[in-house]
Amino acid sequence: MIAGRRPEPELSSRSPSFFDEMRAPDGSIRPAYQQLAFWLDNIPKDVLDYRRKEAEFIFRRIGITFAVYGEAASTERLIPFDIIPRILNRGEWQKLSRGLEQRVKALNAYLHDAYNKREILRAGIVPEELIFGNPVFRPEMNGQAVPHNIYVMIAGIDVVRVDPDNFYVLEDNARVPSGVSYMLENREIMLRLFPELFIDHPVAPVENYADDLLATLKSVAPLTSSGEPTVVLMTPGIYNSAYYEHSFLADKLGCELVEGRDMFVKGDMLYMRTTEGPKRVDVIYRRVDDDFIDPLAFRPDSMLGVPGLMSVYQAGNVTLANAPGTGIADDKAVYSYMPDIIKFYLGEEPILKNVETHRCREPEHLKYVLDNIDKLVVKEVHGSGGYGMLIGPAADKKTIENFAAKVKAQPEGFIAQPTLALSTCPTFVEEGIAPRHVDLRPFVLTGRDKVRIVPGGLTRVALSKGSLVVNSSQGGGTKDTWVLDR
Amino acid sequence: MLSRTASNLYWLSRYVERAECLARILDATYRLSALPQGYGSETNEWESAIATAGSVISFGENYKEANERTVTEWLAFSPENPASIRNCLEIARTNARSVRTALTGEMWDSINSAWHELHRYDPKRITREEFTRFLNFVMETSVRFDGTSFRTMLRNDAYWFSRLGFLVERADATARILDVKYHVLLPREAQVGGPLDYFQWASILRSVSARTSYHWVYRDSVKPWLVADLLILNRQMPRSLASCYENINRYLDDLAQFYGRQGQAQRLARATTSKLENGKMEDIFQSGLHEFITQFLAENNRVGNAIGDQYLI
Repeated sequence: MIAGRRPEPELSSRSPSFFDEMRAPDGSIRPAYQQLAFWLDNIPKDVLDYRRKEAEFIFRRIGITFAVYGEAASTERLIPFDIIPRILNRGEWQKLSRGLEQRVKALNAYLHDAYNKREILRAGIVPEELIFGNPVFRPEMNGQAVPHNIYVMIAGIDVVRVDPDNFYVLEDNARVPSGVSYMLENREIMLRLFPELFIDHPVAPVENYADDLLATLKSVAPLTSSGEPTVVLMTPGIYNSAYYEHSFLADKLGCELVEGRDMFVKGDMLYMRTTEGPKRVDVIYRRVDDDFIDPLAFRPDSMLGVPGLMSVYQAGNVTLANAPGTGIADDKAVYSYMPDIIKFYLGEEPILKNVETHRCREPEHLKYVLDNIDKLVVKEVHGSGGYGMLIGPAADKKTIENFAAKVKAQPEGFIAQPTLALSTCPTFVEEGIAPRHVDLRPFVLTGRDKVRIVPGGLTRVALSKGSLVVNSSQGGGTKDTWVLDR
Repeated sequence: MLSRTASNLYWLSRYVERAECLARILDATYRLSALPQGYGSETNEWESAIATAGSVISFGENYKEANERTVTEWLAFSPENPASIRNCLEIARTNARSVRTALTGEMWDSINSAWHELHRYDPKRITREEFTRFLNFVMETSVRFDGTSFRTMLRNDAYWFSRLGFLVERADATARILDVKYHVLLPREAQVGGPLDYFQWASILRSVSARTSYHWVYRDSVKPWLVADLLILNRQMPRSLASCYENINRYLDDLAQFYGRQGQAQRLARATTSKLENGKMEDIFQSGLHEFITQFLAENNRVGNAIGDQYLI
């Protein structure tokens, strides 16, 4: 459920030189992990096993489950939780969070430009099709005033490590990123199961996330709202796979969890139906995709939206977080331009790296991709959820040939990347404690006043040996992520 | 509060209460049907269970005969019956999920664990002994849910809507039991029938879990007019119509005060409450117990609809 779409770094040739975050190649323990390693050496395995079961029991009881689409309605699954935390030291975090802030600032600047003056096109940094040819480009947003020019209030940036010094961004999520409830619940569970570990480790807290989110949302209220703005969280409903997270967050925010049918438009204002009559809504933290928020503006068959919502938005009487049309900033095509976009708007070198990406639209790249297709991951620019993708090292000859033909026929629809050697972290699995590949999704909140990032994020871990696929739908699990405050 | 949230809270407790009422009806019917021939009534107990549950027509569309197997299946487990115990608990959990934020953790836990437990009973293979356990589980679920709401909820509109759903359903259930059995409840002067009726009266008390209460209240053997009095007018008895309305009235007043205005729901509830407060069993018997109950069911329905119109949509 966590990532709707993500590039899967896949099945790389398994070199022995994976970067392990706990253990250096010479077998010594890295400083941040010293105490944890000692603790792991001394805790009996059956105690770990017992605590793991306890964690699962708690998760099931409080109902932290996700639905798997296509399975029977009563199936609700748990995302496996690994009880060994992942640790980042303060230096690593500071660098990462600076890079995240920079990246999200650039995303917002790009969106503002793309929907207004389009200077980036005139400067020839990105091709026109990147904006106009994108199916998620929203003409409704052209020239639309957006409060404080913030389009992406909530971003989830997926990062991975391949060595001690560099963070790579795998994917930007600027639409409706999910997973933050797991970050918060994982910490709760760890505090409950292993209070002793927190005595030895100065772990920076994450529990202020909800307060930060609320402050962010209130800061972008429309100028026309009077007094304390009314913030709501809009969900597609209980059948959405992330519904648990929606209700969890609404609860923490202390705001109403609304569905489209709870709201209506009257006289360019948005109202929700309450037991005391209509109440004006100022800010919607919407967890519903653009396509479904307003059947009059977007998909007419949507039952999840509010007819006329976009007209209220255009009149400046409600704020949508995130703004409609942010999809043009986070797809696979624009990804490869991100370093240039950062330089163009901020005049800075990117702090976080981009995975080397070959754009098949460019002839020399196309040639390289076709020559090396068996070593690369080739993806459709607008593909999602792992569809329309070729994993060169894992594919047979015929599949490769067929895919190469598709790429040749329509090169602009494809990009290619090398397979990445994701870092590993110690993980409690069947055979004991073993290294498993991880990624990280920190959450970046952008408000009128400032950018807020709680130290940490959601670490996802590929539980099967050698696997680089961390998606929960593919048997991936999660870990608590600790940023040490020392 | 969102109208949909209020609606979900209201229906959540209605469905939990409904599941419990069905469990009690089945429990009482099992007892009655276990009596040797000659002690039971001439009517088919299983048929009257279906009538009490208010599903005569839909049952008839699905089964030829009302017996232990068919009625148990229909009222407890059938997916075809929208108001089977199983469906009530399923709907209750669906409602609970959509109002997670309005429930306390304890309330959610009671519904969520019940839902997990529910799926452990396999209707295809259930034995009689297990079925008894199942009925106990349903009754305990309702008690637990009710207890957690009482102990943990803030006393605000969320609590009052939840109470109202529970009370409107409860009044409806008590009235339905009376409606099906009214012919064995007689005025004081009437000839008491043979010994078989005794078990019918006892069964009515059992279906509202009031056997012990009866003796504490009347300190008398089971008499039909006293059974009627206990279930209709006695405000000490929490399942009586009078007690339900005393509380419906109270919570509607709380809402009116909280929101600073009142409407049709308050007016209708007040009328019904005062009728029950001032009612006398002699008068009710005189003008016809059956008519009285039929009229009550209609009034209770109107109050439910008025709550819906006023707050829930």
